[in-house]
Amino acid sequence: MASKTDARKALEIVEEQFPTLQILNEDGEIVNKAAMPALTDEQLQELMRRMVYTRILDQRSISLNRQGRLGFYAPTAGQEASQLASQFALEKEDFILPGYRDVPQLIWHGLPLYQAFLFSRGHFQGNQIPDGVNVLSPQIIIGAQYVQAAGVALGMKKNGKKSVAITYTGDGGTSQGDFYEGMNFAGAFKAPAIFVVQNNRFAISTPVAKQSAAKTLAQKAVAAGIPGIQVDGMDPLAVYAATHEARERAINGEGPSLIETLTYRYGPHTMSGDDPTRYRTAELDNEWEKKDPLVRFRKFLENKGLWSEAKENEVIEQAKEEIKEAIKKADAAPKQKVTDLISIMFEEMPYNLKEQYEIYQAKESK
Amino acid sequence: MAQMTMIQAITDALRTELKNDPNTLVFGEDVGVNGGVFRATEGLQKEFGEERVFDTPLAESGIGGLSIGLALQGFRPIPEIQFFGFVFEAMDSIAGQMSRMRYRSGGHYHMPITVRSPFGGGVHTPELHSDSLEGLMAQTPGLKVVVPSTPYDAKGLLLSAIRDNDPVIFLEHLKLYRAFREEVPEEEYTIPLGKADVKREGSDLSIITYGAMVHESLKAATELEKEGYSVEVVDLRTISPLDVETIIASVEKTGRAIVVQEAQKQAGVAANVVAEINERAILSLEAPVLRVTAPDTVYPFSQAESVWLPNYKDVMETAKKVLTF
Repeated sequence: MASKTDARKALEIVEEQFPTLQILNEDGEIVNKAAMPALTDEQLQELMRRMVYTRILDQRSISLNRQGRLGFYAPTAGQEASQLASQFALEKEDFILPGYRDVPQLIWHGLPLYQAFLFSRGHFQGNQIPDGVNVLSPQIIIGAQYVQAAGVALGMKKNGKKSVAITYTGDGGTSQGDFYEGMNFAGAFKAPAIFVVQNNRFAISTPVAKQSAAKTLAQKAVAAGIPGIQVDGMDPLAVYAATHEARERAINGEGPSLIETLTYRYGPHTMSGDDPTRYRTAELDNEWEKKDPLVRFRKFLENKGLWSEAKENEVIEQAKEEIKEAIKKADAAPKQKVTDLISIMFEEMPYNLKEQYEIYQAKESK
Repeated sequence: MAQMTMIQAITDALRTELKNDPNTLVFGEDVGVNGGVFRATEGLQKEFGEERVFDTPLAESGIGGLSIGLALQGFRPIPEIQFFGFVFEAMDSIAGQMSRMRYRSGGHYHMPITVRSPFGGGVHTPELHSDSLEGLMAQTPGLKVVVPSTPYDAKGLLLSAIRDNDPVIFLEHLKLYRAFREEVPEEEYTIPLGKADVKREGSDLSIITYGAMVHESLKAATELEKEGYSVEVVDLRTISPLDVETIIASVEKTGRAIVVQEAQKQAGVAANVVAEINERAILSLEAPVLRVTAPDTVYPFSQAESVWLPNYKDVMETAKKVLTF
């Protein structure tokens, strides 16, 4: 039908403005020199080390879960570039508001590994974030962290801090009202926030095409009046560059940004009975595994003489050793008691909890 | 001392704490230049600036989330939900998030947030402006829920709420905002949360109530006195946690009680009060404890609200059943 109002025009223009930023291709070659972030050799090695370590942590976590030694766990393999390269662009004073799959960012931001295991096991000490580690524990409600990030960011701005709040959700999370409210609030207040969408193609089983008519999720930034970018989420350099720039803008008073990372989770949604073969094909899995962030980054670093099998094995051994130690430490945590939980509801226990404390103290001392 | 309406007492409390504590922030829909749709924040932006008193975009979940984030950065947020019927939009940020933060973080983080909001019926609003939803809040672990019934109480309770280090839902009955004036000290004073107030002493019957129903109950008590009954009226002031001590002391004294609430009957605050009395003082009772409430419908279209809302005659009717049991 011939349009008299041209209402589609703006949408068509917007849709064309969100190409995928890629710096490092699947073969480990730099394809966009201009966008290459200024990382030292040591930093590049450190980022690789973290990705290898986290892949091992994921493998061990899955097997510990199968052995019944871990509880709730959302696998991370495939998303290392999206998760770790974005965290790598942060400073310690930046604040992370994670979703439930974002435990690796917390660990690299300072959460001790044994606490991540305690979180998985459903022990409240897993969430007792050490002083000076600027993170929340993983959010379970999809999107709630987005509105909270706007508040943390506004608080930083009011306190005159040169830091940012960064929050993560997935493709499904962009359908929540809180997703838009968070971006819109931060935009209206020009608050230093970074909103990351790890688009791993499936919200449990629902493909991204069923979430929205939007061609990209990055373009949702336009409605909030903030910068948005789509990046190759399997490319650590692109994720780092986009996050680093968003951070620069934020601390320069230019407000929040949205980053969509195109990625894939190789494993199930969580270890609690999800079977991805019900909604994904082996072909699609293969297609994405070819884009693997570790494979391409390894090639890139090997070509530069910055990585080797020996180095990789060293990291793997270290990871395994530290995981073993962390599990031991988690095992040593005191048995969780209802009385402990009763006593952390309020600063001061009201009458009903005081009475219930007594009741459970008697039960638990038997 | 000054004569103040409840809304003036609330503004006065906000001004007091904005002055006292540089970390307090007042924000919400239209609270800035406009001073709030009920003028609770009248003049505060002018006095304290846009950094401390500011308008937000129109989104209640966003306001809740913003409060949480600001609290994480060391602020003491005092957000306003424009009408409490809009709280459904903020249920996750209040009941799923801020109420749980201390618990979830094993005590590491806390949420010194006071969510203020007008609620309650009787002024012919459109839908979702008048609902008494305090029961939802009272059932949520991790929240304190305060409902003042007088200007004096409103100021003292609001100051305590703001200074509390846990989230407080502070519900202001909109019919009481300008219903009457009373003496309110200009200097600061606090009324502890979780403490009921015996608004009228009596020996034959305890009426346990809160909010606008305090006044219907007091009127009923005056009428009943003419018929020879001595009626005590206990104003809960805080509905979570309840002041069971005061409730039980009153019931043990009178041996008879009714509980009056404006909200619908099912699973509400009144039911909880009845349960507490049963658990703690059943042997002091001379009669069953009855409730006066609204019926279990959605808040009515405004032409029906005068009958739907409990009034002093309803209170008298139920009181007499218990008095003559």
